Amino acid sequence: MTSHTILYLDDVSVVFDGFRALNNLSLFVDQGELRAIIGPNGAGKTTMMDVITGKTRPTGGTVKFRDTDLTLLDEAAIATMGIGRKFQKPTVFDALTVFENLELALKAPRGPMACLRWVLAGEARRRIEETLEEIGLTARAQDRAAILSHGQRQWLEIGMLLMQDPELLLVDEPVAGMTDQETEHTAALLRRIAGTRSVVVVEHDLEFVRALDCKVTVMCEGSVLSEGTIDQVQHDPRVIEVYLGR
Amino acid sequence: MSATTVTLPATPRVTLRLVLWGAVLALALIPLLNQLPESSALHVGDFIVSVTGKWITYAILALAIDLAWGYTGILSLGHGAFFALGGYAMGMHLMRLIGPRGAYGHPVLPDFMVFLGYQELPWYWLGFNFFPYAFLMALFIPGLLALIVGYLAFRSRITGVYLSILTQALTYALMLAFFRNDMGFGGNNGFTDFKELLGMALNTPLARAMLFYASLVALVGSYWVCQRVSISKLGRVLLAIRDAESRVRFLGYSTTQVKLFVFVLSAVLAGLAGALYVPQVGIINPGEFSPGNSIEAVIWVAVGGRGTLIGAVLGAFSVNALKTWLTTAAPDLWLFALGGLFVAVTLFLPRGLVGLFSRKVQK
Ligand SMILES: Nc1ncnc2c1ncn2[C@@H]1O[C@H](COP(=O)(O)OP(=O)(O)OP(=O)(O)O)[C@@H](O)[C@H]1O
Ligand SMILES: [Mg+2]
Repeated sequence: MTSHTILYLDDVSVVFDGFRALNNLSLFVDQGELRAIIGPNGAGKTTMMDVITGKTRPTGGTVKFRDTDLTLLDEAAIATMGIGRKFQKPTVFDALTVFENLELALKAPRGPMACLRWVLAGEARRRIEETLEEIGLTARAQDRAAILSHGQRQWLEIGMLLMQDPELLLVDEPVAGMTDQETEHTAALLRRIAGTRSVVVVEHDLEFVRALDCKVTVMCEGSVLSEGTIDQVQHDPRVIEVYLGR
Repeated sequence: MSATTVTLPATPRVTLRLVLWGAVLALALIPLLNQLPESSALHVGDFIVSVTGKWITYAILALAIDLAWGYTGILSLGHGAFFALGGYAMGMHLMRLIGPRGAYGHPVLPDFMVFLGYQELPWYWLGFNFFPYAFLMALFIPGLLALIVGYLAFRSRITGVYLSILTQALTYALMLAFFRNDMGFGGNNGFTDFKELLGMALNTPLARAMLFYASLVALVGSYWVCQRVSISKLGRVLLAIRDAESRVRFLGYSTTQVKLFVFVLSAVLAGLAGALYVPQVGIINPGEFSPGNSIEAVIWVAVGGRGTLIGAVLGAFSVNALKTWLTTAAPDLWLFALGGLFVAVTLFLPRGLVGLFSRKVQK
């Protein structure tokens, strides 16, 4: 591990009732890096994010964010350390408006008393409005999240991730249900964020992955099958056999 | 649990506020009208004063339940325990104030202790002769119990029906404990025959009016506190927890902490309600812990409309008005009526009585 490594997974395994969802997985992500992860359904991509964010405890192995052992922390503690996540299945708060969803995600003290005393000051409002603009939901700000379309929920989730201002963003299938134009916008957005932040993106859409223009990790059956540029992995015979060739 | 918050547009909000203050004023008139001579057409009987005073304390309990259930999704079926503990704390104070006027004439010990052969006051009774201490205990003990139970339950992520069963078991266990004579709380007879409070002889029109107004002030204060929570960002965190708790954790909120905060606040309000209830009804016994009481209080909130605060108050008043009427008109029917009411509201009026007034479409 170099001093620039921000996320460090070594020899991580997750076993569900005898089934190895992660099988001695090792993965290192550098500070400021943008990384794409591809792989067939059931490869363990989402499970890997579950392990990093504290949703699933690994059966074995090391999971570190900088020097902190993530396996000892709960979801809230991991999130406040600076790891944000966008879920594969977008989950936003239906009872709240788009604006309120973003306000809830905005980086700010999280304790009950702090929330009780919270006043939406100019700076915070400006950040929320900027994000609304970025995700194209300015006109929907006062609508309940319940009435958004699937694509708009995807964008709202991305917006909530941005509001948290995390150091490491885990983005699970962001462009599912998006138009080509929105897909391009998302790729540009993630490329822009990377550099100051580290971003790990899971996606099946290879056009999108190509547009990200970053190192690609191919996962299969719970471990890393191949790693390299998109062209390298696309020509790797093992990758062609298990993933691309079908 | 589906979303049931009612957001009213701006104009009805103002109307609502007017209606609310109007209702508070109307209630405040009751003890005054009681002072009018009986011949007057506007005279209100003692019964009305004491029964409405009691309902006001029920409304505070309903607010407490709404905050936990309607907003946060914590369906406690044991809130009656917090109410009863607040009541017992006040009852202990009232017992100490009887002094030598008890049937046995003992200078310090309450009658039941003399009867059971106590030589001296148990340590946990000390200080209860002092009103501020007793009042604080009425809030502190329920809060502490909620803190302990909530911490254990929320930390282990016990939610939904398991939490409901747990809280129901809690109040049942407390009922059995308070039935025991050796607990030092009067066993199955509990406390009664109170004489005075804060220098006022109970059972006088003045004391009745004072307790009534104290309860009304407590109701307005509790409503204000709950309202304050619900319109803050904390209120939105609560709704988010109710609808998707695990997602809230991934945003970095310790949902355990937030739920604990709400649960303790809710228990303290329930304790306050109990403390105001006991001097008005003049008795507290382990029956107040009975699981049915807690369930009934949840039904008030469901009938009024959960997640709205005003619905909780409305539900407490209307269901209890129905109960008071029915238990004199046809006592055997009450439990059937209560069950039927709950089923009917669940099926036909999922947003409760409040839903009748607000037409805004909800999902
Ligand atoms: N909680 C669980 N209990 C049992 N099995 C699980 C659990 N979570 C995931 N799995 C299994 O682990 C395997 C890996 O799932 P995972 O969701 O990580 O795959 P993925 O790579 O994200 O796939 P996809 O591309 O379809 O999203 C799958 O076979 C899945 O059925
Ligand atoms: Mg997945």
